[in-house]
Amino acid sequence: MVDAIRFRDDEAHDEPAVTLDSFLGQSNATAVRIEAGEDARVLLPHLDRLALVEVSFPKFRDGRGYSSGRILREAGYTGELRAQGDVLVDQIPLMRRCGFDSFAPEAPVDAAVLEASLARYSVHYQAAADSHIPVWKRRNG
Amino acid sequence: MYKYDEYDHSIVAARIDEFRDQVRRRLEGHMTEDQFKPLRLMNGLYLQLHAYMLRVAVPYGTMDSRQMRMLGRIARKYDRGYGHFTTRQNIQFNWIKLADTPEILEELATVEMHAIQTSGNCIRNISSDQFAGAAADEVTDPRPWAELLRQWSTFHPEFTYLPRKFKIAVIASDTDRAAMRLHDIGIQIVKNDAGELGGRIYVGGGMGRTPMIAPLIKDFVPFADFISYLEACLRVYNRYGRRDNIYKARIKILIHELGADKYREEVEAEFQAVKQLGIDPPQAEFDRIAAHFAPPAFETGLSDAIDRSDPNFAAWVDQNVSAHKAAGYAVVTVSLKPTGGIPGDASADQIDIMADLAERFSFNELRVTHAQNIVLPHVAKHDLFRVYQMLAHAGLAEANLDLISDIIACPGLDYCSLANARSIPVAQKIAQRFADLDRQRELGELKLKISGCINACGHHHAGHIGILGVDRKGTENFQLLFGGSGAEDVSLGKITGPGFSEDGIVDAIEKATNVYLAQRDRGERFVDTYRRIGMEPFKEAIYG
Repeated sequence: MVDAIRFRDDEAHDEPAVTLDSFLGQSNATAVRIEAGEDARVLLPHLDRLALVEVSFPKFRDGRGYSSGRILREAGYTGELRAQGDVLVDQIPLMRRCGFDSFAPEAPVDAAVLEASLARYSVHYQAAADSHIPVWKRRNG
Repeated sequence: MYKYDEYDHSIVAARIDEFRDQVRRRLEGHMTEDQFKPLRLMNGLYLQLHAYMLRVAVPYGTMDSRQMRMLGRIARKYDRGYGHFTTRQNIQFNWIKLADTPEILEELATVEMHAIQTSGNCIRNISSDQFAGAAADEVTDPRPWAELLRQWSTFHPEFTYLPRKFKIAVIASDTDRAAMRLHDIGIQIVKNDAGELGGRIYVGGGMGRTPMIAPLIKDFVPFADFISYLEACLRVYNRYGRRDNIYKARIKILIHELGADKYREEVEAEFQAVKQLGIDPPQAEFDRIAAHFAPPAFETGLSDAIDRSDPNFAAWVDQNVSAHKAAGYAVVTVSLKPTGGIPGDASADQIDIMADLAERFSFNELRVTHAQNIVLPHVAKHDLFRVYQMLAHAGLAEANLDLISDIIACPGLDYCSLANARSIPVAQKIAQRFADLDRQRELGELKLKISGCINACGHHHAGHIGILGVDRKGTENFQLLFGGSGAEDVSLGKITGPGFSEDGIVDAIEKATNVYLAQRDRGERFVDTYRRIGMEPFKEAIYG
């Protein structure tokens, strides 16, 4: 597997992500993988011991993971949040806004296209799980 | 009308740059068509039977003359000299070259227009009442709410890969001119007992192959919670909507399977979490948007008198002119349904003429209606005759609003890659059969809607008379439905029985209208008589 594209300063977490079932069944795992149909909210009581949550995107059209990412960030999760699977370059800016800071696409991503995509929108209309100030707040001070 | 500020401009400009890059990567082979498809769809670009089709957004159906003229220019320069106004209050151009699309978007952006989210599995263009800001019966202008939703839903990072497309309509009167409860979310802006405005939220309506009327989910959501509540509605759908079967992926199926009560509970729980996030814009932002929709400077003291000495003009006034909230003014609906024409089509010249009329006589404003007509919302009554004459000169003065020839039709098999049957020729034959306007007026309000396939873009479920084109063993066959309505008396039509050939369906409709004429009580419309006497008398006449 190719190295993840990371937007974090810390070292990549080296413990493999376990399934949600095994995570809930063992007390010492610090990395978990949730499938698209799994409920991210069951992780909320365990956020303080998690260093990595990997969210699966089985098909690029399957957008459930965007909600999972936001739910985790909105609940205060600060560890690594990785999108893994059929993750395409045009989706990464949206995923960044939903709180993902690490990406493990199945197919390689063109670094130049990604850089341009991430720089393209200087403002966003709505608040999300990133640090952008929504347009309505910029307008109204 | 809403005017862009620097932020709106910068977002649309970034979108053009993004799309130009996506088209380049596709043309250079860096993306598969499968990967490109959702990206181009989210910018309104379809690959149809013969060419690319570009659907341009007309947010909540409101435009000014400059924008309308730009549509005429695009029709002339990049298409074959005409455009097609749609049931989502948008316009589509049917003969577009992929390589031209970035340039078209650049041109649109110069007049604050775009094609953002006119397709794809995202929140689509917000639709509204075409009489907004003019209607005598509205509690407020719904468009500031719609604009608020336009901004919230534009490139919403969480809701761009929904299970399926998502349509929202906002109205603000008890009369429903927007088929509000046949949307994924229908919102009626109402005033509560404290005199405060808020949204009454219906969720889970839709047409398509499984038509449903949206149940009431929340009676009143105040502005302070409006975006949070909708965010919760969408998040529940994004997480739990079905993705295993494209035909069961709309929110109506989720709500049907969960039940409205369970869905409401889920939304309430989500709302409690979302409400803490501070994602609701402040009242000041609403006020900023609403200021753009301040009423134009209507002249006071104008007369309400109309000189009816020209009988054709008087007939047009009776049919196509509606009550306005300001004394001395009226709302004009320009019919895009001439006998033998293609419903919703307008030539570039006609588009220009409507733009000119709006500029001279309607405070620069136009609207697109979901019934595929154009509205001049603010015409002084003393100008009506001149407006009528200029429309008549351009072939735009058909006095048939809401009559049997004011047909909604999808593009059908003449254009659409999904269609099973041609809708346009059927619409033309029906309009020709009932071409006599006296006869149409005798039949009264009769909303006839034609879809060329089960996806129901022609709203056949919501027609007083609906027609559904299907493919039966390689032959086009047309099913007939009665009793639907997209208005405040919302209902879904029922199929009469076996289908018909193209000519057979015209005969069947004529027989049905004869039953109505023979059986109607005083003041009853076709749909009222049908509801009172039921299907049987009609079936006997049609199949007997």
